[in-house]
Amino acid sequence: MMDFLTPVTWADALAVKADRPEAVPVAGGTDVMVELNFHRRRPAALLDLTRVPELAAWGRDGDVLRVGAGVSYTRLIEELGGLLPGLAAASRTVGSPQIRNRGTLGGNLGSASPAGDGHPPLLAAGAVVELASVRGTREVPVADFFTGPKRSVLAPDELIAAVLVAPADGPEQFAKIGTRNAMVIAVSSFALALHPGRRSVGTGIGSAAPTPRRAPEAEEFAAAHLPWDGPGPLDPDLARRFGELVSAAAAPIDDVRGTAAYRRHSLSVLARRTLTWAWEELCE
Amino acid sequence: MTCTVNGVPRTADDVWEGESLLYVLRERLGLPGSKNACEQGECGSCTVYLDGTAVCSCLVAAGQAVGREVVTVEGLSGGPDAEPGPVQRAFLAAGAVQCGFCTPGLIVAVDDLLSRNPHPTDPQIREALAGNLCRCTGYEKIMEAVRLAAGGQA
Ligand SMILES: Cc1cc2nc3c(=O)[nH]c(=O)nc-3n(C[C@H](O)[C@H](O)[C@H](O)COP(=O)(O)OP(=O)(O)OC[C@H]3O[C@@H](n4cnc5c(N)ncnc54)[C@H](O)[C@@H]3O)c2cc1C
Ligand code: FES
Ligand code: FES
Repeated sequence: MMDFLTPVTWADALAVKADRPEAVPVAGGTDVMVELNFHRRRPAALLDLTRVPELAAWGRDGDVLRVGAGVSYTRLIEELGGLLPGLAAASRTVGSPQIRNRGTLGGNLGSASPAGDGHPPLLAAGAVVELASVRGTREVPVADFFTGPKRSVLAPDELIAAVLVAPADGPEQFAKIGTRNAMVIAVSSFALALHPGRRSVGTGIGSAAPTPRRAPEAEEFAAAHLPWDGPGPLDPDLARRFGELVSAAAAPIDDVRGTAAYRRHSLSVLARRTLTWAWEELCE
Repeated sequence: MTCTVNGVPRTADDVWEGESLLYVLRERLGLPGSKNACEQGECGSCTVYLDGTAVCSCLVAAGQAVGREVVTVEGLSGGPDAEPGPVQRAFLAAGAVQCGFCTPGLIVAVDDLLSRNPHPTDPQIREALAGNLCRCTGYEKIMEAVRLAAGGQA
């Protein structure tokens, strides 16, 4: 018999997780329920997070936005599209309306799939994951959150509370390669954030390494060479070089969705295109 | 397990809280309208409203639905013996039903779309129905049905 634990406050949820660290959290269930339905997993306990109001809230916290782990993709699109356009763009590509209505950002992080569409824009924006347990709260940069395919630094007694991320201060882009337009897991994906105020660039690569990751050399190259002083058309060689550096930062594998070589190639194309679009947006 | 289904409080016994809401509806509450074709969120044939939001009932744990409001395709007309609702009539009029397996989920998804956007464009219809697979019709008749329902012509 499996226990079904239903805390109704955040403090309760943390206490229950401390008491039953083996309990599997379930938010939107769009990953967990597939595993249960196919008997791939028989957890001793499920910990339902959908009755914890704190998780479903977002708001400003000083200079950053604090987005609760339980906020769905549909709400990220409808309520945060203006403040976090990169994350909203990625959210629009997730599954179907039914999946976006139910699936959450916290669940995406919890699954820690290298192909999770929420991860590249969080990397590009320099977001921080807030983890909590009865022991206290810690903040982990998204870039340090993932430790391998479907693995993260989340401890057994911890829950993901929220994501802390600054509102966009420049153009943000997200692009994804899949086999058709809807309902696809990314073959490769790429997110870009431009910060014209501090002349820096953020990147996030999806589906092309054991974990989502940044492309630091590409970021430095673009920051140093973009014509910040006199914004005008982008030098195609600069965009191409940026694409090469992004592609070089990946460590893809061959799998059923695509070959490593195709992933590298598609990434360089996505990176070149998103930089071009973002720069055009900046010049408008 | 107790929740409200189509406006009526219902109780199901012997529910394992990790089973899906779809299973509860079909096997324990005798509401076979929502279909089970994949149990992994891919086909949309199990689409229901949960507290007013369209979701795949195969991905909702029974325990998560406790105390919530569920509306199934059966709730969109007056009941099994009542007249079909407007979206249902449009599907019949457009010939958008072949084997019918996908139809209940589509009816809920279209109902949801039209409640948010009464006059959707074709791309908006396609986007809204991206999570509902139909193996028979090739979707053109379904598009036609949605246009009919939106025009109030059915
Ligand atoms: C048909 C279909 C299409 C999909 N398409 C996409 C897609 O295009 N892109 C994409 O990225 N994903 C996709 N997914 C996967 C899934 O929808 C996402 O990963 C989603 O973000 C999961 O969120 P959830 O709330 O449903 O998670 P759940 O299934 O509830 O949980 C997922 C994992 O996170 C853990 N968890 C959840 N919340 C917390 C928390 N607060 N603290 C700690 N652990 C937590 C759970 O224990 C579990 O391990 C798809 C899934 C389906 C079924
Ligand atoms: S049975 Fe639920 S989506 Fe297919
Ligand atoms: S009518 Fe047969 S699956 Fe759609």
